[in-house]
Amino acid sequence: MTKKFWRQGEPFVWATGLALSLILFLTLLLFYVVLVNGLTVFWPKKVALATLSDGRYLLGEIVQEEIIPHTEKKRLQFKIGNRDLYGLDFKWVDSSEIASLSYPENIHVLERLEFGNFYGYLSELEVTGISPPTSGSNSLTQTIVALDARKNEVNRLGKKIANLNRRVELIDHRLAKARYDKEENTPALAALKGEKHGLKTEFEELVSILSQKAAALSTNQAIFADANGRTKGIALTNIVRSYQPNSMSFFAKCSYYLERLRELFFDDPRESNTEGGLFPAIFGTVMLIFLMSILSFPLGVLAGIYLREYAKDGWLVKMVRIAVNNLAGIPSIVYGIFGLGFFVYGIGGGIDQLFFPERLPTPTFGTGGILWTSLTLGLLTVPVVIVATEEALGSIPPGIREGSQALAATKLQTLTRILLPMASPGILTGFILAMARAAGEVAPLMITGVVKLAPALPLDGVFPYLHLDRKFMHLGFHIYDIGFQSPNVEAAKPMVYVTTLLLILIVLVMTSTAIYLRNKMRQRHSVVDV
Amino acid sequence: MQTIDTAIIRIDNPQVEIENLNLYYGASQALDNLTFGIPGQQVTALIGPSGCGKSTLLRCINRMNDLVDGLRLDGVIKINGENINDPSLDVIELRRKVGMVFQKWNPFPKSIYENIVYGLRIAGLQDKTVLDEAAEKCLKKAALWDEVKDRLHQSAMGLSGGQMQRLCIARAIAVSPEIILMDEPCSALDPRSTSRIEDLIRELRGEYTIIIVTHNMQQAARISDYTAYMYLGELILYGPTQTLFTMPEKKETEDYITGRFG
Repeated sequence: MTKKFWRQGEPFVWATGLALSLILFLTLLLFYVVLVNGLTVFWPKKVALATLSDGRYLLGEIVQEEIIPHTEKKRLQFKIGNRDLYGLDFKWVDSSEIASLSYPENIHVLERLEFGNFYGYLSELEVTGISPPTSGSNSLTQTIVALDARKNEVNRLGKKIANLNRRVELIDHRLAKARYDKEENTPALAALKGEKHGLKTEFEELVSILSQKAAALSTNQAIFADANGRTKGIALTNIVRSYQPNSMSFFAKCSYYLERLRELFFDDPRESNTEGGLFPAIFGTVMLIFLMSILSFPLGVLAGIYLREYAKDGWLVKMVRIAVNNLAGIPSIVYGIFGLGFFVYGIGGGIDQLFFPERLPTPTFGTGGILWTSLTLGLLTVPVVIVATEEALGSIPPGIREGSQALAATKLQTLTRILLPMASPGILTGFILAMARAAGEVAPLMITGVVKLAPALPLDGVFPYLHLDRKFMHLGFHIYDIGFQSPNVEAAKPMVYVTTLLLILIVLVMTSTAIYLRNKMRQRHSVVDV
Repeated sequence: MQTIDTAIIRIDNPQVEIENLNLYYGASQALDNLTFGIPGQQVTALIGPSGCGKSTLLRCINRMNDLVDGLRLDGVIKINGENINDPSLDVIELRRKVGMVFQKWNPFPKSIYENIVYGLRIAGLQDKTVLDEAAEKCLKKAALWDEVKDRLHQSAMGLSGGQMQRLCIARAIAVSPEIILMDEPCSALDPRSTSRIEDLIRELRGEYTIIIVTHNMQQAARISDYTAYMYLGELILYGPTQTLFTMPEKKETEDYITGRFG
């Protein structure tokens, strides 16, 4: 009986099922944690007013609740905000100290450009230049909206100044080149100097206008009181958003949630990346994967074709194959160091010596940039593409090749018309794996071009549009940075979840697109054996 | 070693002439001094026990063996008087003249239509009306038209084994070869499909020179005009099928043909 039991493999079936369930459980747990924490970040939470037993008040969102170790008592963590007043964002309070908790409807939450959130009561508005709004529950929002036009004007001025700056920088480059080439007193040089002078004067004028306007704008402020009546004037330009969570309807909450999502996808980060949007990081991540694919995919496919179709099968090819397979086992940080040494200092430094010697010692290409990061990641993922290409070509029955060649097709025609279309699903599978691997890598990026905050995107409207030498932001690095390098780790925690969720989503979208394409190809080129 | 006296007839004006052909895989000899001629527009069957070199010989005629590593060949094969192993000869031109059908059908994972016109497209033809006409003509010749005319643009992978093999024959005909090599085209088919292919071969006879390798003696007897019997790389008997099958001149052949050997 037992012998039969073992022979029929019942325990083996159980073992296989168990292994799969364990993996599924762990993966689902990860997704659950990320989803639950990531999706609820932007939902407006109620703000509690705690009356303490000593008669003072405390205002804030209740973040978590836990039992004090070795006692029966509980304690609550409040996000109290108002960092400019208290110096701290979070506070633990024993529940025994709390006399009562209430949720007054007139509490305002302000998201600010500086010092994080503010929780308090609006006492009055000090506004000049625009007609004071009718008093009401959303008078603050109305005033902020009324100031929009003037705010935009200031922003436009700022952009103009940045543009001027860039033009001055370009002229500086040309001047440096002229100095390097020992050109002196040429009319072109004089013209350049004149142009620079003109730009500088214009620049200074704009800056003074800007500072006047900004100063005038910042006199518009709202006076707020905190829980204990301490007042604080907050410039309206400093307020990103204000809302009253305790009186918000469900739809108001939904629209707030959508607004925050919009901000996440399209705006720049604030407050050392712990607040605001992730647009530059999303952009950098997607662009990195694209560049990486463009660089590594053709290279890998060509190398795979050579190994399988053209190289004579001998010990050398076998060694190459083993080496290629082993490349996948090298720690990614080693690739990063190689990228730094070879691409950044070697090739980048060489380019600087050859083409931009006048700017040295300031590096142009000889420093981390998205091009070098893509090349490093390309190198890291290319073995996967090579192996997939080889396997896909190798799995095509030899009869197909003979059939094509017997019809007077050359080797190249056979390859391009028959073999590659047939191998394409397999090659794409390798490509998907490569892409997923590249999207998740952080270590090699950190030393070849990723930064915490990039001043400009690697792709913009300024000639030459594609700036491959620029440093960029990346979601994976963002997670590490705000999670472990941030000055205010507690406040950054929600953003870590959101960023993780976003990174997973991007990888999911990109790989699903590739899988969809692969399945379409598979339908077209599959060999169904009878 | 037993001496074998061979009986090989001479063919007048052969289309394919094989002279003193020796072929080696590394150190072992696969074909041993073959000399004979194959007549044009007739069906010639190559028979013999497994490993006797029939398929190897067949693959020499369109130089499919070029793809094999470690293979060496001396002697001469002439088609229409031209040495096909001449370095100046373009192997692509040769294969356009000499088509081939394999033991295991190998349609490409494309539509039926694309399979047929593949050789023509490779040759540079693009005119759609010409390709359409060629496809219809070849499918009709291969007796497949009625079965597939409504699904020309569906995948060839949906056909049955016998249909796929006839598609492969149609595909070979499409490039208008003079010679068609068939390497055991029916060995993986059921009797019904086999007989359809045999009918097809009989119909193609007269227009094309067909050289067919087969293990099936009855098949050789049914479809071929000439039969060559090979044994261990040597040509033992060669003559008109009628004579060969009714009056076996050698004991070995008789044993093989009647199924007691091989």
